[in-house]
Amino acid sequence: MTQAFFNEMFERSDLEARGVPAAAFRGVGDPRTHYRDFLAWLSAQSEQQIEIKRAEADLNFRRVGITFAVYGTSDLPGIIPERTIPFDVIPRIFPADEWRALERGLRQRVNALNRFIHDIYHEQDIIRAGIIPEAQILGNAQYRPEMRGVDVARDIYAHIAGIDIVRAGQGEFYVLEDNLRVPSGVSYMLENRKMMMRLFPDLFARNRVAPVAHYPDLLLDTLRAAAPAAAENPTIVVMTPGMYNSAYFEHAFLAQQMGVELVEGQDLFVDNDYLYMRTTQGPQRVDVIYRRVDDDFLDPLVFRPDSTLGVPGLIGAYRAGNVSLCNAVGTGIADDKSIYPYVPDMVRFYLGEEPILNNVPTWMCRKPDDLAYVLDHLPELVVKETHGAGGYGMLVGPASSAAQIAEFRAVLEAHPEKYIAQPTLALSTCPTYVEAGIAPRHIDLRPFVLSGTDVRMVPGGLTRVALREGSLVVNSSQGGGTKDTWVLER
Amino acid sequence: MLSRTADHLFWMARYTERAENTARMLDANYQLSLLPQSDEYAELGWRAMLSISELSGIYSAAHHGMKSRDVIDFMARDLSNPSSIVSCLRAARENARAVRSSTNSELWESLNTTWLDCQRMLADGILEREPYTFFEWVKFRSHLSRGVQLGTLVKDDAFYFMRLGTFIERADNTARILDVKFEMMEQRADTSAQPFDYHHWVAVLGSVSGFEVYRRVYRDVITPERVAGLLILYRDWPRSLAASIAEVEQLIGQVTKGRDTEATRLAAQLSAELKNGRIGDILKGGLHAYLVDFLARVNDLAGRVSREFLLPIAQEPPAQTQSQTQTQSQGQTQSQGKE
Repeated sequence: MTQAFFNEMFERSDLEARGVPAAAFRGVGDPRTHYRDFLAWLSAQSEQQIEIKRAEADLNFRRVGITFAVYGTSDLPGIIPERTIPFDVIPRIFPADEWRALERGLRQRVNALNRFIHDIYHEQDIIRAGIIPEAQILGNAQYRPEMRGVDVARDIYAHIAGIDIVRAGQGEFYVLEDNLRVPSGVSYMLENRKMMMRLFPDLFARNRVAPVAHYPDLLLDTLRAAAPAAAENPTIVVMTPGMYNSAYFEHAFLAQQMGVELVEGQDLFVDNDYLYMRTTQGPQRVDVIYRRVDDDFLDPLVFRPDSTLGVPGLIGAYRAGNVSLCNAVGTGIADDKSIYPYVPDMVRFYLGEEPILNNVPTWMCRKPDDLAYVLDHLPELVVKETHGAGGYGMLVGPASSAAQIAEFRAVLEAHPEKYIAQPTLALSTCPTYVEAGIAPRHIDLRPFVLSGTDVRMVPGGLTRVALREGSLVVNSSQGGGTKDTWVLER
Repeated sequence: MLSRTADHLFWMARYTERAENTARMLDANYQLSLLPQSDEYAELGWRAMLSISELSGIYSAAHHGMKSRDVIDFMARDLSNPSSIVSCLRAARENARAVRSSTNSELWESLNTTWLDCQRMLADGILEREPYTFFEWVKFRSHLSRGVQLGTLVKDDAFYFMRLGTFIERADNTARILDVKFEMMEQRADTSAQPFDYHHWVAVLGSVSGFEVYRRVYRDVITPERVAGLLILYRDWPRSLAASIAEVEQLIGQVTKGRDTEATRLAAQLSAELKNGRIGDILKGGLHAYLVDFLARVNDLAGRVSREFLLPIAQEPPAQTQSQTQTQSQGQTQSQGKE
């Protein structure tokens, strides 16, 4: 069982899924070269020492306020308790060459995706070339007709992209999902590193770990590059749905790190197609919004009329070219599950290159041949709703009963066009602290790719880990944790 | 800076200052309740404190009698009391959280840690075991947050609105602390001998860190007139009304940047009166009448500040029933799709 998954740390491992005591961890396998220094360091630490550091990490995350509200009881009645996302002190490590290949692939993919979005809202060459059927685009809920013919600065739509990467099989990388709307998690990447350096400074003295702390600087540069051409010294703001949003910490953190205002919809107003914020010294023009609010909530005059999070008239000012939105409106058309299978074709079509990063093989159930295969192999596949998010309307074949599969089969046969199917991936594992000691747990990776004057990223990303034994779900809402992600400079 | 940000900073500072002064007031009354005296007299102290804080209504809705235990609980840990220490510390922290990007991480972390530790201490039973330790802790946490402000923040509008909140709240609270004694006499039918006068005034002085100041300034026995003189007019001492209003006047000048506004005028007038006032004249018209008028003017000033700087938001602010608590904006929750 333990050998069924690619282990990030060991070539060959006897590490059990239930965990071994930290003291016994030393002899469980043959470490990969890039983990040797870390393992030597770890085996020199006392168990007690590590326990103290783990408690210190939790305390520090609370003090800094990197928490989210959970339901349950607290010490005082009437107070909603808050909890931290579990942080694992064993880092996930990339050797330099592995990262370089990944980075090339990410750059290529995000370039193609931006070209695609521009094309869709302008000439639609890719439809005319017969690569993607027109109905797949125009019939998609994520397609925004409001964006047809609208020019955005530098033709860039997804200024900030979070590309979810997994490793499976013998260690090959796959793109699981592109996140081009309001991807979150970058603050954890930065805070995890800060925490590791604070807890274990000696580790960084003996390993050449590429820094990530300049991300806010790159982000600010990216946002400045997105400003309307007329704005000479652009005023940039971060827009949040408010302090009760689960990613509020990140919104505040990024605004603070970049030294720009953190605004809510109620702080902004549009006058004569220009956007202003209400300040103690009167209205002030705003040129660029790094918005962390979904399209649907941006402007009650254009999208959801009941939204109080947005700004009436914002889309008018945007279409007039007087304010830039990052990410642009309508990027959802490129990260929808029904569009995902076409991304490798986009790379070939727009860039004339072969894709560096693999897609997970995907069957589109609207195609009769694909549907027939999927119906024959339901027990081994994962079937997903194309417009679904958050794990709803989904079948995980190997984890489902015969009755559940039969039930899903009926739904699938009735509306095959709403579904795609993929093989159940054997995600790679990385040793992680659990109750019983150290055990292998499944992980993924979300690097953040910035597109401004060029495509840039910091070496690393957010590594999420499924803390429950056997679980493949890394979401924080379902018992997921995070790890620091190291790219070695060698 | 954003008007909403200024509003949060203003209230963050007000709630921090109010938590401190509530702790100071509770401490003074608690010390008094330990003196050998009639239960009736101790109750009188608690009753006066609640009345002066405009909290008698909420208190009596849920409690019978005036037991020290009950009043301390109500004023320290009861979340249904918007002015309890725990409510103030929570409100200060939530306001700080709403604008954590506009101050600095040290200020946010000090207020967040205060809130986290406060919950832990209350759950550990500190109010039952050693209430004075808790009161003192609250006071020192307030010192700490003020120290972080003065020691680390840039002197910009954010800083000025924060300080404005501190001094408006302090002026209000100090006036109320001084007025407690009047309330006690009001609530008592028999106004003859008051053998605990000395202890009362010592407790009042102690609650505003004024005992040692008093001795140094007057080098004489304690009299109510002098205590009032010190708390109202002594400009060189930062907890007096005169000093607080002088700060308010100066801070309003900073944020208006020389513009002439109604808030500027009100602050200048009040400050000049305190600067030139004499305690004899004030007491002639009655201390209570003076303090009632003073509180009304401070509230008016705070309202002006809100209207001129903090709420130029398009929608009309909801009608405020009580001028000294913050109006809450309703947050809409958004279900995000892919994140």
